[in-house]
Amino acid sequence: MIGIFSYLIFFATTASILAIAVLGLNLQWGNTGLFNGGVVAFFGAGAYATLILGGTAQAGHLGGFGLFYPLALLGGMAAAGLMAWIVGLLTLRLRHDYLAIATFGVAVAFENLMRNAEWLAGGAKGVRGFERPLRAALGDGFAYNLLFFAGVLLILIATYLFLERLVASPFGRLLRAIREDEAAAASLGKSPSKVRLTAFVTGSVILGLAGGLYGTFYAFVSPQDVLPTLTFQIWAMLIVGGAGNNRGAIFGAFLIWGAWTLSGWALSRFAPVDVQLYTGSFQFILIGSVIVGMLMWRPQGLLPERLVVSQRGKPQSTQQGE
Amino acid sequence: MIQHLLDGVLTGSYLSLGAIGLTLVMHILRFANFSHAELLSLGAYAALVCDALVSGLAPFLTVKLAPLSLTGALIIAILISMVLTGLSALIIDRLVFKRVRERGQELSMVFASFGMALIIRNVIGLIFGLSPTLYSRDIAFAVILSRDPLILVKPDQVFVLIAALALMFILHLILSRTTFGYSLRAVAENPSLAQVNGVNLQRTIMAVWLIGGGLAAVAGVFYGISHQLIPVMGRDLVLPIFAATIVGGIGSVYGAVLGGFIVGVAANMALVVLPSGYTPSVPFLLILLVLMIRPHGLFGEARA
Repeated sequence: MIGIFSYLIFFATTASILAIAVLGLNLQWGNTGLFNGGVVAFFGAGAYATLILGGTAQAGHLGGFGLFYPLALLGGMAAAGLMAWIVGLLTLRLRHDYLAIATFGVAVAFENLMRNAEWLAGGAKGVRGFERPLRAALGDGFAYNLLFFAGVLLILIATYLFLERLVASPFGRLLRAIREDEAAAASLGKSPSKVRLTAFVTGSVILGLAGGLYGTFYAFVSPQDVLPTLTFQIWAMLIVGGAGNNRGAIFGAFLIWGAWTLSGWALSRFAPVDVQLYTGSFQFILIGSVIVGMLMWRPQGLLPERLVVSQRGKPQSTQQGE
Repeated sequence: MIQHLLDGVLTGSYLSLGAIGLTLVMHILRFANFSHAELLSLGAYAALVCDALVSGLAPFLTVKLAPLSLTGALIIAILISMVLTGLSALIIDRLVFKRVRERGQELSMVFASFGMALIIRNVIGLIFGLSPTLYSRDIAFAVILSRDPLILVKPDQVFVLIAALALMFILHLILSRTTFGYSLRAVAENPSLAQVNGVNLQRTIMAVWLIGGGLAAVAGVFYGISHQLIPVMGRDLVLPIFAATIVGGIGSVYGAVLGGFIVGVAANMALVVLPSGYTPSVPFLLILLVLMIRPHGLFGEARA
């Protein structure tokens, strides 16, 4: 019984970390209409930077700064934000799909760099030697995992509340205005490229936060953790949950992560051994079909974006949005 | 050094072919099609199947065309594969992209293309297995052009380069000399105005997919001849092809051709200064460079 319970805690921790990432992507795609094709690079930057800043000294590569944990996590977020700022500066003024291609390129180059640059982050061996916070006091057992889950959940709730307030604020209104009609927003004296850059960097910082927590959870990160698979999973979570809706983003994260875990388990349990080699292929076809199917039949997601009515007019005209 | 330059030009020949189709689709349908590289794999594998079929039906075609390792059967298979891949591109558009286009914004198409790329790549993996295959098991011997510095060229690669250039020349004639070419360029400039002047938009879109798919098939086969066939080849080709379109300027066919050669040469020349592990990052660096210096590419024009 305790086995199932501790597995559920493990599952919920991973899903909550991914939900934070989906919230970050929702700010970019759902609220601002920015296509981030390299989610995993910003997630990975957070994970790598957190472990390098907070870890013990490592032979042969950068690391061993042993920073106080919250500072290391902040450093991870800053690394993701810095990367987003550079990419955004170069691409946000251009045609929309330039950002998609450039961010996709960032993800390829990031994985490539982490795999090859041994002096930077251990290359294919990854970054080890990270001491999880409070481990000395709590040990490695169930109590630690439960507390870690509680911490992640708190951060998830805090991120959710922050984003809800942000989206309801004048800044959130500005984001939607630019998403819907850029020329109109510009004609009111707003600077679309500046606002987009702010939203892109903020979203990426949240992705970096999720990555930092992920790295902390496993106390290890390697190039295997920054494969494009994760980008597709996080997208599927947002599209299924409902782009533009923060609750949908969290719901989608748990749903898709559940489906992914369950399908992997079912294939490894019931499929013949020679078919198991293709487990990955089946799962990718599944996730691709989920993305394409949702876009074709229910593009608004399971929990659609709620229209925000800023100024209520007379009772008969309340159905007007934004 | 000269060897790297030569290899780069040969790499560029199939990158260019792939980039032409992509740049046309990106210009006329206005979305970054991340599944375009999968059309290359589709074409390469379709040619593999057709090659086996043609060889079985007409065994006299399996004689090698010396000094090439190519057979007559493979050349016929390439032609069939061009048609098949073009039709697949059309069917994928009908089934998926057209519906998403009618429902949502441009960027939903980008998501959909990623989803399609995942599906196509992994279905190919399920059908043909995950390990690499080759068109011909025979070893193709390289011809030594010069001993000092050592420069090696395989006859197949020279064939690939000449065939690619010939195809591009034919496409150039079609675009610049036929009414169809004019209407294609008109749609790219301004779809509504082109329609007012009697250009059939649907038919033009169909033609773009057919041409893009056909060229992608050839590019895929040429990649297979130069390297090997592997289901994940699309994943490794997607960024170089995008880089080629961005370097050349989105929408410019001649830009895509030049961009393909530039990316091919840059990726191979980078081996002089960088360890070979970093080669996959070169197209990305090239994209960044272009965005910094000349954001609309060599032949592109600014368009929101």
